[in-house]
Amino acid sequence: MMKQELRLSGSGGQGLILAGIILAEAALYDGKNVVQSQSYGPEARGGASKAEVIISDKIINYPKVDKCDILLSLTQKACEKYINSLRPGGVLILDESVTEKPNREDIKIFSIPILDTAVNQLGKPMVANIVALGSIYELTKVVSKESLEKAVLSRVPRGTEELNKRALSEGFKLIENHKDSVYGEVC
Amino acid sequence: MPEKTVKLMQGNEACVEGAIAAGMMFYAGYPITPSTEIAELSAAKLPRIGGKFIQMEDEIASISAIIGASLTGKKSMTATSGPGFSLKQEGIGYAIISEVPCVIVNVQRGGPSTGLPTSPAQGDIMQARWGTHGEHSIITLYPSTVREIYDTTIRAFNLAEKYRTPVILLMDEVIGHMREKIEIPEENQMEIYNRKKPASNPEDYVPYKVKEDNIVPEMANFGEGYRFHVTGLIHSETGFPTNNNKIAAELITRLVNKIEDNADDIVEYEEYKLEDANEIIITYGATARSAKSAIDLLREEGRKIGMFRPITIWPVAQKQIENLAKIVNRVSVIEMNLGQYFLEIDRIAGKYTKVDKYGRVDGELITPEEIISFIKGRRG
Repeated sequence: MMKQELRLSGSGGQGLILAGIILAEAALYDGKNVVQSQSYGPEARGGASKAEVIISDKIINYPKVDKCDILLSLTQKACEKYINSLRPGGVLILDESVTEKPNREDIKIFSIPILDTAVNQLGKPMVANIVALGSIYELTKVVSKESLEKAVLSRVPRGTEELNKRALSEGFKLIENHKDSVYGEVC
Repeated sequence: MPEKTVKLMQGNEACVEGAIAAGMMFYAGYPITPSTEIAELSAAKLPRIGGKFIQMEDEIASISAIIGASLTGKKSMTATSGPGFSLKQEGIGYAIISEVPCVIVNVQRGGPSTGLPTSPAQGDIMQARWGTHGEHSIITLYPSTVREIYDTTIRAFNLAEKYRTPVILLMDEVIGHMREKIEIPEENQMEIYNRKKPASNPEDYVPYKVKEDNIVPEMANFGEGYRFHVTGLIHSETGFPTNNNKIAAELITRLVNKIEDNADDIVEYEEYKLEDANEIIITYGATARSAKSAIDLLREEGRKIGMFRPITIWPVAQKQIENLAKIVNRVSVIEMNLGQYFLEIDRIAGKYTKVDKYGRVDGELITPEEIISFIKGRRG
């Protein structure tokens, strides 16, 4: 792996920036160079939010993500906004609530119930970001499992470790159980 | 090898770590995006090391508070963004004329006024130089990576102490908010400079007299028995105001020259792939990262292009830029404004070579692709 660029998108308050930080920290534990950045509007909740992570074996100069290899979109709006930034052959992970699937045949699309799992399986909507990280790992292996677990546990609030471990493994399972939810195939 | 910790750190966090390594013991500020993390982390860290953090009622109070704290011997810092930087200009001028060391961080955002609160811009280049009124010189540093923010913050404190002057640390939102890998030595390896305290007794202390072989007057701490007057007015060596024209001229000239005459000590820069370059980019901060990516790609196509990146933007690296201008065919100044530093570079390099500019003011970082198409598309 030379360079992987990831974009995590959704709305403010979904914890995507924290997810980006955790992913970046996991890559750091793996010994990679990494840059994590974000953009958001002036509001603290709602509005568009995205976090970006670049993982590379080489020095990273330009710190922003233009075209990405992996795109996570938790909302319809985010998906529409960023779908064209996904490289051909890239991986799109959508929350199941995104009903209008993008019309691209040159990418792999996984539609999985990330938000629903957080609410109904784990009882905490706020761990959707960790569920998403579990799924991103299971699909792409962009970081190692050990590093991801370590990074999650070092960044989540004390007392929520068990909940977040469960969220992570629910994320792994979503991919194992939804192998049939692939829409496109790499051309 | 000294022990090192490898961390994922945000630029604003590295600024606070650097400040503490430099000896910061006081922070006063009024939080503002995109600099807020600097206030938050100073609030969390300073009390643990016996320092003080105060959230002030406004920006002018903040800079006034750090000037007061510095006069008692505590190394002091405040951080802000454009709107607050405008308000702090009054205090910056006061710190210049009263020769009080302090560090003012400006994590820039789009302006004028409240502008684009969460977006990057490099619009305060000239305000850092000339924002406060009156004839003066200023030291302004401009880091480009998270690690460099750490080092440059330490250097900002050192220069403030050494030259008894406010030092401005200009930062980009892009680097203030991004996180990257940083290796920080467990024990700070950098030299820490502390202001020279008076050798004389309190009764013999002449607060603004520069002793032979010194660059600036020795500085006593308030509260240690040395009584002296501090004023924004033109003052004599005694510290008391005067209208004497000769003293006024001598003071202003000394305040300007203590910085300009020591440019060789103050100026710091990076040269990137300049060895065989016949065309160069001059840029700073976050845009320099885009320029490096662009240069790597352009070199793959055989272009002999390199970059000169000032880390000290004021005083300007006059000598170095002049020498480069004499040997290259073209200098391109790239910045997230419409040509502020370009004015300075054109003044220096324009008589030797072609100087052109590329700018962007929409709140997005200039991309390597943009730089490449600008370089390839130039005419004449």
